Amino acid sequence: MNKQEIIERLKPIVKPFVKDEEAFNGINEKTHFITDLNINSANLVDIVLDVEEAFDIEIDNESMEKMLDLENTIAIIQTKLAEK
Amino acid sequence: MKKRVVITGLGIVAPNGVGLETFTNAIKNGVSGIKFDAELERLKFSCQISGTPKISEELKREYFTELELRNFNSTGILYGVIAGIDAWKDAGLTIENNENPDWESGTIFGTGTSGIEKFRESIYKIDDFQTRRLGSTAVAQTMNSGISAYLGGKLGLGNQVTTNSSACTTGTESILLGFERIQQGKAKRMLVGSTSDSGPYIWGGFDAIKVCTFKHNEKPEKGSRPMSATASGFVPGSGAGALVIEDLETALARGARIYAEILGGNINSGGQRGEGTMTAPNSIAVQKCITDALKDANVNPNEIDAINGHLTATSKDSLEIQNWSQALGRKGTDFPFINSLKSMVGHCLSGAGSVESVATVLQIYKSFIFPNINCEDLNDEIKTLISEDKIPKQLLHKELNIVAKASFGFGDVNGCVIFKKYKD
Repeated sequence: MNKQEIIERLKPIVKPFVKDEEAFNGINEKTHFITDLNINSANLVDIVLDVEEAFDIEIDNESMEKMLDLENTIAIIQTKLAEK
Repeated sequence: MKKRVVITGLGIVAPNGVGLETFTNAIKNGVSGIKFDAELERLKFSCQISGTPKISEELKREYFTELELRNFNSTGILYGVIAGIDAWKDAGLTIENNENPDWESGTIFGTGTSGIEKFRESIYKIDDFQTRRLGSTAVAQTMNSGISAYLGGKLGLGNQVTTNSSACTTGTESILLGFERIQQGKAKRMLVGSTSDSGPYIWGGFDAIKVCTFKHNEKPEKGSRPMSATASGFVPGSGAGALVIEDLETALARGARIYAEILGGNINSGGQRGEGTMTAPNSIAVQKCITDALKDANVNPNEIDAINGHLTATSKDSLEIQNWSQALGRKGTDFPFINSLKSMVGHCLSGAGSVESVATVLQIYKSFIFPNINCEDLNDEIKTLISEDKIPKQLLHKELNIVAKASFGFGDVNGCVIFKKYKD
């Protein structure tokens, strides 16, 4: 799965937690969940759970800590998919 | 100099009516909110009827965002937030989104448990080694102070934000705790009230000790029978009541509508001594609570026009009447009017005191006494204590000046608050 495909699949997962609609429309590889999208940090665990479900992967605690922006999230998803 | 405290806003989520207008009509007309409960039947409860407020999905969305409703499973917080926000708006207050919170406003909003369904869901996940899948709101929904935390955040409250818990006295206690805080000048405005979860996991323990009626599963609306000769236990209920209470000067300065004044009250415990136990009241403490409430309010027992009792529809109803009678030194035709909202809504447990207080305050503001339903066959002992016409079975239109409301709870705890019609 390429980066763009992953971003497209991440959009509906992230959308419910976004408080800044404008920032969401400009979502790209460099977007940071907290500083750019203004997502409440407590909700990051919800995003991780939804990502696990959508991609049928399991994300370990170490990876989870890094899932603060799209770039890292995409890399982690790709790694986990490759491990399957 | 103690501050005077008045009630300027009300909110209600009751089994027989959600929202002030529906609820007022329901209590005036003796409308029962008790229904057959299929889930209790499925789970083989002895008592298969309950008082559960009806909340539509549309209504939920007026108070919660889609995000908040994700994995939301706490009826107590649902009822409490609706009642609390309604009371705030009813008081003519707005929800501001300022940089700083409102330092002068707080909340004391009680509950017995929080999010018991969410707790159940979480426990199943934990036992299935799925702790990491609990989600971000498991704590907020199941901590006992969840309700005050939700309300505090929605309203931006900057004064005390807490949850009290004292079984069936919870709601009455919350009013008195907020009252004292304003009286002492520590807050100008408090959102007080209480809520209770609904469903089998909150009611099961009561069903197990057989304090709920199992004789009216075929006639739900006849099931809750306070003061009746055929009372056979309470009907489990749930819901929330909320009151915005304010320092009189603050209320007058902003031209707020005033429902009633809180003159005073008392909270005590029988200490589970004498005839008091975990589940039975110590009558000496009950009477002392009432007389101390009158002293605190500086009211003579003869000035009480009406009582809103605890009166759950167990065998203890006549003992409660006897306690009121002795505490006030009034009996027979000299006894005040008395009614029990539980005849229409069941026992809303930790929500009871506030739901019933909202009804009591409405009676004062709109000059009526709501009817007691299901006591056409009045308990014989009660008949020997007070005159039957003091227990209205039809709506009475009547000016009420001073009304006492009391609640009693497991743990041998008591609360009594004295409300008065507000006159300039």
